[in-house]
Amino acid sequence: MTNITAPPSGVATDRVKSRLRLDGWTIGAFVTAGLIASPVIAVVIMALAPSDDIWTHLASTVLPHYVWTTLLLMFGVGAGTLVIGTGTAWLVTMCAFPGKRIFEWALVLPLAVPAYVIAYVYTDILEFAGPVQGLLRDVFGWHNRQDYWFPEIRSLGGAIVVMTLVLYPYVYLLARAAFLEQSVCVLDVSRTLGKTPWQSFRLVALPLARPAVVAGVSLVMMETLNDFGTVDYFAVATFTAGIYDVWLNMNSISGAAQLASVMLMFVIALIALERTARRGRKFHHTGTKYSTLPTLKLTPTQQMLATFSCVLPIVLGFVLPAWVLTRYALKFYGVTLQNNFAEYVMNSLGLAFSSAILAVILGLFLAYAIRLQGSFPLRLATRIASMGYAVPGAVLAIGVILPLTRFENSVDSLSREFFGIPLGLFISGTVGAMLIGYLVRFLALSYGAAEASLAKVTPSMDGAARTLGHGPVQTLFKVHLPIMRTSILTAAILVFVDVMKELPMTMLLRPFNFETLATYVHQFASDELLEECALGALSIVVAGILPVIILSRAIAQSRPGQKSKR
Amino acid sequence: MRTRSLIAAVAVVILTVTYFSSSKANENVVNLYSYRQPFLINPLLAAFTDETGIDVNVVYVKKGMLERLRAEGENSPADMVLTADIGRLNDMLEADILQPIVSPEINRNIPAQYRHPDGMWFGLTIRGRIIFASRERTDVGEVLSYADLAKPSLEGRVCTRSGKHIYNISLIASIIAHDGEDKAQVWLSGVRDNLARKPQGNDRAQAKAIFEGVCDYAIANTYYMGKMETNDDKPEQKLWAESVRIIFPDQSGNGTHVNVSGAAVTKSAGNRENAVKLIAFLSGENAQKIYAEQNFEYPVKADIPLHPVVAAWGPFTPDAIDLAEVAKFRATASRLIDITAYDLGPQSGS
Repeated sequence: MTNITAPPSGVATDRVKSRLRLDGWTIGAFVTAGLIASPVIAVVIMALAPSDDIWTHLASTVLPHYVWTTLLLMFGVGAGTLVIGTGTAWLVTMCAFPGKRIFEWALVLPLAVPAYVIAYVYTDILEFAGPVQGLLRDVFGWHNRQDYWFPEIRSLGGAIVVMTLVLYPYVYLLARAAFLEQSVCVLDVSRTLGKTPWQSFRLVALPLARPAVVAGVSLVMMETLNDFGTVDYFAVATFTAGIYDVWLNMNSISGAAQLASVMLMFVIALIALERTARRGRKFHHTGTKYSTLPTLKLTPTQQMLATFSCVLPIVLGFVLPAWVLTRYALKFYGVTLQNNFAEYVMNSLGLAFSSAILAVILGLFLAYAIRLQGSFPLRLATRIASMGYAVPGAVLAIGVILPLTRFENSVDSLSREFFGIPLGLFISGTVGAMLIGYLVRFLALSYGAAEASLAKVTPSMDGAARTLGHGPVQTLFKVHLPIMRTSILTAAILVFVDVMKELPMTMLLRPFNFETLATYVHQFASDELLEECALGALSIVVAGILPVIILSRAIAQSRPGQKSKR
Repeated sequence: MRTRSLIAAVAVVILTVTYFSSSKANENVVNLYSYRQPFLINPLLAAFTDETGIDVNVVYVKKGMLERLRAEGENSPADMVLTADIGRLNDMLEADILQPIVSPEINRNIPAQYRHPDGMWFGLTIRGRIIFASRERTDVGEVLSYADLAKPSLEGRVCTRSGKHIYNISLIASIIAHDGEDKAQVWLSGVRDNLARKPQGNDRAQAKAIFEGVCDYAIANTYYMGKMETNDDKPEQKLWAESVRIIFPDQSGNGTHVNVSGAAVTKSAGNRENAVKLIAFLSGENAQKIYAEQNFEYPVKADIPLHPVVAAWGPFTPDAIDLAEVAKFRATASRLIDITAYDLGPQSGS
């Protein structure tokens, strides 16, 4: 099949066809991308309002510190997650060692732990009054702080470590999906050319997985960039902390929007840089041979090392925090259970499921529309639409509220004028507004995954399907989707878990009397009442686990070509 | 087959939305946007519903409440806001989203200095910003005022939470209001030089730090002390509380800085009368007792008995300055913290 060389019409890689043409796909994609991009644009518009001399003030005081700290944090967490995520993904996909079957899904578990919760837990364990230092003092006979040195958990280093521990699964998931989707042919070729397994990884598998790994690391960096809970607790002054300070303490939403826009431009520049670096390379898989991947045999020492490398992140990122939370939850469950706890769980799950489904459908739709008709304006609109991930949540929520209420208020006054019927705010303050918010924020996850995965499907496939008489929709369902299944499931997990944990948008966009697990946890966590919020936090983790396990099992079985064996 | 799963997926979404949108219809309601945590205010709201039959719809919002209210405009469902400090109320007043309320009952409950002259906002409880001092390592009389915290003899002995926290912003704003920006900056630099560590944690964490010997003095709100002293679930906090004594600063000067938690009625209020009833209830005897007993706050209404723990701290003179005046200096206070690099901790400054 791969030798059909002339791509038929409708495939974007055919340069001649990439000029703007208005068909259903293009129009639909434009409207969707435009709507989802509007909050980001609203933030940029807010930034156009004057903000006194906030920049002069910041530049002469704390701005250099914010920038430096933020860069260190981003690159620290980026590097940490790159190594852990890609390394473990390679190990469980390509090597045979004890526990591999369990690690495949268990490595995803830390994803379910909110970063600020793990920050509380580690502070509890590692601070002066905590069990670790207590034990050291007992053992060595130290009495007070002056007797010994111990790393301060509430620091930039501490923030890098705890955020790496819960964010590496982004890289792991995307890298693993990429490794699984790789054709065995290229690896075979590499091995027959005499490369060692390590060389094959470094020279073939890793470069081929680059779009996915980069997507994962950039998600991690964006998440790091707009985190507030963790850095606030650790007293690390980052750019995002500065944004909230300018907004809430200096009372300048325009100043905050300006800072957020600068941050956005920085992210765009980073992404553009990476894209330029890989320009001209293609990552298609031309081979169709998807037989079961050969697993590498490891020596006993290597096996032990491999097991250890997989156990460590799981224990530190999941088992230990879950254990601490369980202990607190057992003692303080009463506080939680007097409330309508079951309802909060249902609310969180319902929102997370719905958002995951919607985000995947829209992400796929946009990515495929661009594949069909990748005109520049559409690419730009989609690019902006997936920038929501890089804007601090509460600022983005304002970005959602502004155009939404403007739209509703206009519709309302029209309706009053012509029909005498007041409509009020029919979307704001409803679950609908929350879903819109989640889509704006998390479209980057599903779109990124769909885009990266589509990039690996050679246009010849489209060509073959279209020549055989299938339309674009049929081609998508019959050809692309089966190949992309792993990536799509991965995107669904990411959105699901992220919505479970999401806080600032949930707080601001929710209706009356509406509590999710995250907002419930926050009311205690904001007052550093770790014990009282333990059951809630644990529930976020547990509720996140089941879908994560189900989906990661599905991923393990979803390798194309694997299916027929079952 | 694919189409079927797609339809199923869409069905899940539609079901979720309709499940959530089925509202509990009740005409007799009041809609509340609250800065205060649900676990603090729910007992009060439940008591209000019991007494009046009016249901309270509440959403706990922090960042962005003001912007949400402003964007929603006349169609905003909110009738009333609850905040944990005066600054937020003042922001809303300036954003022109509040309306005046004149109610003889409310005005009888709340003394004039704790409400806006035109009834734009109302204080409901008072909390003092006090100094914790180590019982073991400090002498009575060494620190009597906020100014004393900047004395060179206290080097390496002071802890606070982030200067950017609203309670500290408010305290610094009050010092600017009294002494001017320059003096306030000198003071803040002095306190920064005395810090034992980078500002972190909440007020409770500062008592813990004194207990652990990290520092000898700290700044905190009064109710944290009450909560620690009576914490049977976490007895270790009683030890933290026992390790400190309370200093009401500036008793021979301006008086101790206080802040109020408060309420206001929005311009868009569709249930204005019910909102007025709720404020009257919250400033009335029953609710004020609940505030005093459960949250260790000082009631605004006269003649409400204090919690025994709070009463044991003794009486104090609060700073009589107009709180709305103080609120105007919040942005300046925030800038001073940047200028002095207060939040970077000791030896980092200019």
